[in-house]
Amino acid sequence: MDITLPILILAIPISMFLILGIGGVKMSRKMAGVLGILGMGTTMALAYTVAFTYFFSGDSAFIVDGIRQQLQVFDVTWLAFTEKLVVSIGFLLDPISAMMLVVITTISFMVHLYSWGYMEHEPGFQRYYAFLSLFSFSMLGLVVATNIFQMYIFWELVGVSSYLLIGFFYKLPSAVSASKKAFIVTRFADLGFLIGILVLSFYTNTFNFAALTSDPASALASTGGATFMGASVLTWALVLIYVGGMGKSAMMPLHIWLPDAMEGPTPVSALIHAATMVVAGVYLVARMFPLYLVEESALTFITCVGAITAFYAAVVACCQIDIKRILAFSTISQIAFMMVALGVARPELHDAMGYMSSMFHLFTHAMFKALLFLGAGALIHAVHSNNYTEMGGLRKYMPITHWTFLIGCLAIAGIWPFAGFFSKDEMLAAMFANNWIWGAWMTMVAGLTAFYMFRMYFMVFWWEENPHYKEHKPHDAPWQMSLPLIVLATVSCVAGFIPFGELVTWNGAPYHIHIDPVVATTSLVVAVCAIGLAAWLYMKKNSKPAAMKNAMPTLWKAANRRFYWDEIYMFITHKIIFNIICKSIAWFDRHIIDATMDGFAKVTQRTSVAIKGMQSGSIQAYVLWYFFGAVLLALVTWICLL
Amino acid sequence: MFGNILIWFVIIPIIMMAGLGICRNSSMNAIRTVMTVCSTALLGLAVWLCVWFLDLRAAGDTAEMLFTGSWMWYEPLNIQLAIGVDGISVLMIMLSAIIVFAGVFASWKINPLPKNFFLWFALLSTGVFGFFISIDIFTMFMFYEVALIPMYLLIGVWGTGKKEYSAMKLTLMLMGGSAFLMLGLLGIYWHSGPEGQLTWNILEIAHNGHIDPSWQRLLFCLTFVGFGVLGAMFPFHTWSPDGHASAPTAVSMLHAGVLMKLGGYGCFRIAIYLLPQAANELAWIFIILTGISVVYGAFSACVQTDLKYINAYSSVSHCGMVLFAILMLTQTAMTGAILQMLSHGLMTALFFALIGMIYGRTHTRDIRQMGGLMKIMPYLGVCYMIAGFASLGLPGLSGFVAEMTIFVGSFEHTDMFHRSFVIAGTCSIVITAVYILRVVGKLLLGPVQDEHHLQLTDATWFERFSTVTLIVAIAGIGCFPNWINETIQHSFVPIINTLTQAAI
Repeated sequence: MDITLPILILAIPISMFLILGIGGVKMSRKMAGVLGILGMGTTMALAYTVAFTYFFSGDSAFIVDGIRQQLQVFDVTWLAFTEKLVVSIGFLLDPISAMMLVVITTISFMVHLYSWGYMEHEPGFQRYYAFLSLFSFSMLGLVVATNIFQMYIFWELVGVSSYLLIGFFYKLPSAVSASKKAFIVTRFADLGFLIGILVLSFYTNTFNFAALTSDPASALASTGGATFMGASVLTWALVLIYVGGMGKSAMMPLHIWLPDAMEGPTPVSALIHAATMVVAGVYLVARMFPLYLVEESALTFITCVGAITAFYAAVVACCQIDIKRILAFSTISQIAFMMVALGVARPELHDAMGYMSSMFHLFTHAMFKALLFLGAGALIHAVHSNNYTEMGGLRKYMPITHWTFLIGCLAIAGIWPFAGFFSKDEMLAAMFANNWIWGAWMTMVAGLTAFYMFRMYFMVFWWEENPHYKEHKPHDAPWQMSLPLIVLATVSCVAGFIPFGELVTWNGAPYHIHIDPVVATTSLVVAVCAIGLAAWLYMKKNSKPAAMKNAMPTLWKAANRRFYWDEIYMFITHKIIFNIICKSIAWFDRHIIDATMDGFAKVTQRTSVAIKGMQSGSIQAYVLWYFFGAVLLALVTWICLL
Repeated sequence: MFGNILIWFVIIPIIMMAGLGICRNSSMNAIRTVMTVCSTALLGLAVWLCVWFLDLRAAGDTAEMLFTGSWMWYEPLNIQLAIGVDGISVLMIMLSAIIVFAGVFASWKINPLPKNFFLWFALLSTGVFGFFISIDIFTMFMFYEVALIPMYLLIGVWGTGKKEYSAMKLTLMLMGGSAFLMLGLLGIYWHSGPEGQLTWNILEIAHNGHIDPSWQRLLFCLTFVGFGVLGAMFPFHTWSPDGHASAPTAVSMLHAGVLMKLGGYGCFRIAIYLLPQAANELAWIFIILTGISVVYGAFSACVQTDLKYINAYSSVSHCGMVLFAILMLTQTAMTGAILQMLSHGLMTALFFALIGMIYGRTHTRDIRQMGGLMKIMPYLGVCYMIAGFASLGLPGLSGFVAEMTIFVGSFEHTDMFHRSFVIAGTCSIVITAVYILRVVGKLLLGPVQDEHHLQLTDATWFERFSTVTLIVAIAGIGCFPNWINETIQHSFVPIINTLTQAAI
């Protein structure tokens, strides 16, 4: 493949960042917005070209005997640590990276467009577009990484772009602390990632994905059976690398940053914290999947973490008031769904259908979750509040937002024929194939998902009209904001019919999706029941929800406070690490180490004060000392001679 | 003698001093002209040296040191003015030239006594450049002292806060280190070869390999501690917070940026290279000490409230990383150490420059009394953030490259001891993020704390000039790190060879 397009896909966003970042101050808002949107639009067109060429051209470079190939379009040495451990910057094209190119550029373009309306009156508009471009660049670099170190580099860059964008309203203390929290929690996870890379590369002597995944058996052999605390070093490396993924993908117990990250502008939440960056962890595991297959215990770990997180986040989402937080928890839950699907995938079980369905869900989820977030943005734009208690009955005032939001909710709940149905059904089928426990557990989570999404939907659009509407009538958003909603809603309606199994599978061979009627019926029935329950409880104003809340006050409060994870973290970081460890070290430094050094100076000074009296200037005293000295010397000589 | 390019690195600062001598005390413009011309000349010369050096290497010149020359200085003791550079010294010279250049612009409005300030500043530069070009340990030591002494006056006269105390403390502690160092160097000299062929020349000593292993242990400890004091090694680092806090901007820049590198460079060039057996045997002691420095410095920085203290402790952590990496004795880790020296030099200089500029406006360095400065002085705010990101290791800036090289190189050791310390070292990247973001959050973001700050102005042209120079260098290393690798890889060959031979 020609390298011009791939290079441009990376070069355009970074140049936009530099242009808008350095020259933005002198630019008008309109100019900056148009530049940003044009830049991203071009990138999207290029990425589509690349992806469509890859999938559909049938060129022998991309597909041989029906197997889709992985190819490095270019790979340039960036830094050579040793002769073998070389970090290069390259462009890897394979089914998942091509799919991600489409996802990232689509959502990013939609968000660029949407922001033009949403951020119109905010100061720092130019800076905002610069950061969006930086993020798009980093995310694109991450998905096309040819080696794990390149991925780590861009992994850090997306982390910092996320920091900058969460803290975009930097005058608000809450935004500042949310951005700090997001960065530090993910940094902590990245520490695991880094150590994992160190271990893995030490034994396998390569960073390159192709080398690692094409021959996982030799990777296993290269460790020479080394173990650490009972587990093989390869398991350790893979689990540690996954810890990095847990941080970015907000798996428990490293999920605490994502709900707070909602302090950022809503379009940013849609782009980074719903559709693209947070699925980086899933992508990482998928990228190294063949390697994970040789260490099944690592996959089991992933499955367990995912299953627990999915349930936890779904329960918490049922008891939130802030619509963005509900969506944030729903994101955590859905990503955990993908993780479980990856964790249960095995080549012998329907050709690793879990892998395919996880990627499928990643794709569909990106579309409908971005839609939901952008819809939430439109609501917030209209009502000026994040809480559904300030909303209610909005379906009459904001028809476009209402219908698109409904489509998003149906898609995430997994109702036929919306996109979520197909991907979720495949995931559940894969889980049942592995072990019915995973399947049953996750079907329950799917039911919860339908329940809390429709709880929010009914509370926002039905329930009771807020009396404030009379003075301040809410209305649909301007076209820049509505257009992305309509586009994404359309995609959410049709994306399920994409023959995804033909395009993206773990080994490149096509897989023919067929709906498992039992699984599909069960999940549909569960989802419809959950929606019915939500409708019964929340469609019209009534006292049932309040009664339910009062029946179990402790549980409700605990779930509302997210089961006190933030408090636990605050206790550990602030009370223990900051107040006890850091402060005592600082005290020790000043009062013990430094005082010792000062002590030397003081002792010297005191000694000199003490002995300076001997320089009295009196001849008689000197004669006396002379006499004593002479006697002493004589004595010593005499003793020695004896 | 004057045909050798290296000697000009010492001559130009001397010319600088002579030029300043002619200027009248009151004519600021003349002083500035002399300083600008000479520091630009130094920077140009450093770039030229770098290009020339790379050309020679590309042409296949594999000699250990290039541009060598030696002139007898004191015959009875065989002291020579011996000079020569390898890739590492070239980069160090480059670093010093950049920081001297930026330092001149950062102290554009120094007050009072500008002439005297720059005189001492120039003397300090002479010492620094002299140190990096020497390959005779006596001359090297002499330049080392020349670089240290002006610090006393620069802090004592132009400093802030409890400057007399700090100046005295810094000088005494560093002199204490020099005392160890001098003993060590004398020991090396007396065992450098067979009787009658004693030498101070590094290359000859290394080539002779005559120093007895039992002596090596003692001498290794003496020299490593001696240089380690300047490299802010735990527990000899306490001069750094007080010293930096009291020093004027340009002096902090030069001190943290270049002078602390003298310590790392010395450990590397003398302690490790000349005493390889002891280095193999005793590295573990200093790995423990420097490992403590790395984590301890970072933790201490988390609770400081004075901007300069925060950076002083962060320097303890980062410079600890330099010595830590050197002691790993693998080529990759040592490459990382050199990268970390460059990176730390540039970003700390940037930090101190910015702190000086902020202090010059707000007249406080206490982060509790400032806030929301990003709104008031966006240029300085953005620069501060870039420096912060470099410090916490953001890819694309220099810190990332250095740290990663160190970690990958250090991980080549398979034993539990080294591994545990490397993992402890990697933890510092999280703690660094904590204290950097804490400062950024309090100082730059959030609401404006003090109404009076609203009238403050953003950076002037010379301040912009100074910071841009440093940022370009930081980003340059961060984006294109491999040329540095290529510049220095030859320089490790003799050192690694000696170390492996000694290990057998």
